[in-house]
Amino acid sequence: MTPRIRHDLTIDLQDEAATADLASRLGRLLRAGDMVALRGDLGAGKTSLARALIQSLGDADEEVPSPTFTLVQTYETPAGPVWHFDLYRLGGPDEVIELGWDDARTDGIAVVEWPDRLGTLMPDERLDITLAFGPDPTARRATLTGFGAWAGRVESLEPK
Amino acid sequence: MIVLGIETSCDETAAAVVTDRREILGDVVLSQLTDHRPYGGVVPEIAARAHLDHLDGLIRRAMDEAGLGFDQLDGVAATGGPGLIGGVIVGVMTAKAIAAVRGLPFIAVNHLEGHALTARLTDPAPEGLSFPYLLLLVSGGHCQILAVEGVGRYRRLGTTIDDAVGEAFDKAAKLMGLGYPGGPLLERAAEGGDASRFDLPRPMKGRPGCDFSFSGLKTAVRNRLSELPPGPFDPIDIRDLAASFQAAVGDVMVDRCSRAMAQFRAEHPTGDTLVVAGGVAANKYLRARLTALADKQGFRFQAPPLRLCTDNAVMIAWAGLERLRLGDTDGLDFAPRPRWPLDPTARKPDGKGAKA
Repeated sequence: MTPRIRHDLTIDLQDEAATADLASRLGRLLRAGDMVALRGDLGAGKTSLARALIQSLGDADEEVPSPTFTLVQTYETPAGPVWHFDLYRLGGPDEVIELGWDDARTDGIAVVEWPDRLGTLMPDERLDITLAFGPDPTARRATLTGFGAWAGRVESLEPK
Repeated sequence: MIVLGIETSCDETAAAVVTDRREILGDVVLSQLTDHRPYGGVVPEIAARAHLDHLDGLIRRAMDEAGLGFDQLDGVAATGGPGLIGGVIVGVMTAKAIAAVRGLPFIAVNHLEGHALTARLTDPAPEGLSFPYLLLLVSGGHCQILAVEGVGRYRRLGTTIDDAVGEAFDKAAKLMGLGYPGGPLLERAAEGGDASRFDLPRPMKGRPGCDFSFSGLKTAVRNRLSELPPGPFDPIDIRDLAASFQAAVGDVMVDRCSRAMAQFRAEHPTGDTLVVAGGVAANKYLRARLTALADKQGFRFQAPPLRLCTDNAVMIAWAGLERLRLGDTDGLDFAPRPRWPLDPTARKPDGKGAKA
């Protein structure tokens, strides 16, 4: 098979339970050094997806507050430390470094909302998840784009 | 007794001097001095380097305002967490250095403890505010209800399971095209609006416990906006939606706080004060709803002045002083704590995340 650098997968999510299911299937794939970028408008469900993902990796009752004001929250999980970033308020890449970006990338799993602020720090190897609104209020459409090795890994997230 | 306080845990660099006679002798916050910050305040001053550049000068200025030398201090306090680690290290190292050179006690203060104790500094009653009291801490980054039982004794009765209430205002205002900061702009937009026109959810209302959730409300605002006619928003629609949003937040706050009051009363029959701290306390509508609730439940309503509700060093100096007079100080080996819950025994919130 020809190696691909990019693979797109679109999944319709009926409701929050479907989002949580996708999150837990994704969680099983994650390991230290991975980065997941979450894209989508305000209210699209980026933090909800991140919360379900972090809870699936560790304690299902873990508090996962919005990181908008704290900029980053970290969680210890059996899969490794998870760094949940919200870069919305940042000006650019040099400020991302201040948040411990290098540590997150060395031995952690980085889950990043508003990833465009990364600029030149954006890893070539990553999973992008773009959330868009669906036909009814609870529905969402997730587009998963795997870059680098994620092009292959993302295929296993195809709904059965 | 006089204490210097230092705050560097997030966006602000600040230094202040307070006394045990509840006097604020010096109070300097960097963002209030500079007028060249980018419009909107969206970009935080997070760089440890920036705190480092400014902190010396701010401390000097606070000491000058107080008209004191370091030899007249009884202790030095700094925020030891929670917050961004780079900034916290700068404040803690600076405080330790002053303490070491001058032979003064050092106190590492939990940032949230600073918010929790400020009301004891600012309470207008001549005898001050005594423990226990109920604290609603509502800002852009925090949304918690705490029973404040004593210095170092905080019990969390409720917290947000997703967004803080100030964050909900900011995000709803952004969706409505009102700009930043969302709180005051949304409040102004809601004036004279029909709060019953748009059907918005009241997340967590009527549920057991005292936890909050605001993420679903933000999404509901977005959904109501998408149902409006295409094209630029009609100002009347925005006015009514802003009013409906505020009413929904008010209903949730009243419901959650009345539960917290009942729980607090059952455990502390002598407690009679509701303290509301945080930037959201500036919202006149919410303030009126909470004041009415306090009256109805036989609570005294107290809110520190707004400039002491946002991040500042006065609250750190004051919390340090409260700890110092109990002999509760920290060693120079104190390590900054990026995560530092005020109530480590708090149970997990009831929900598992709201709809968004």
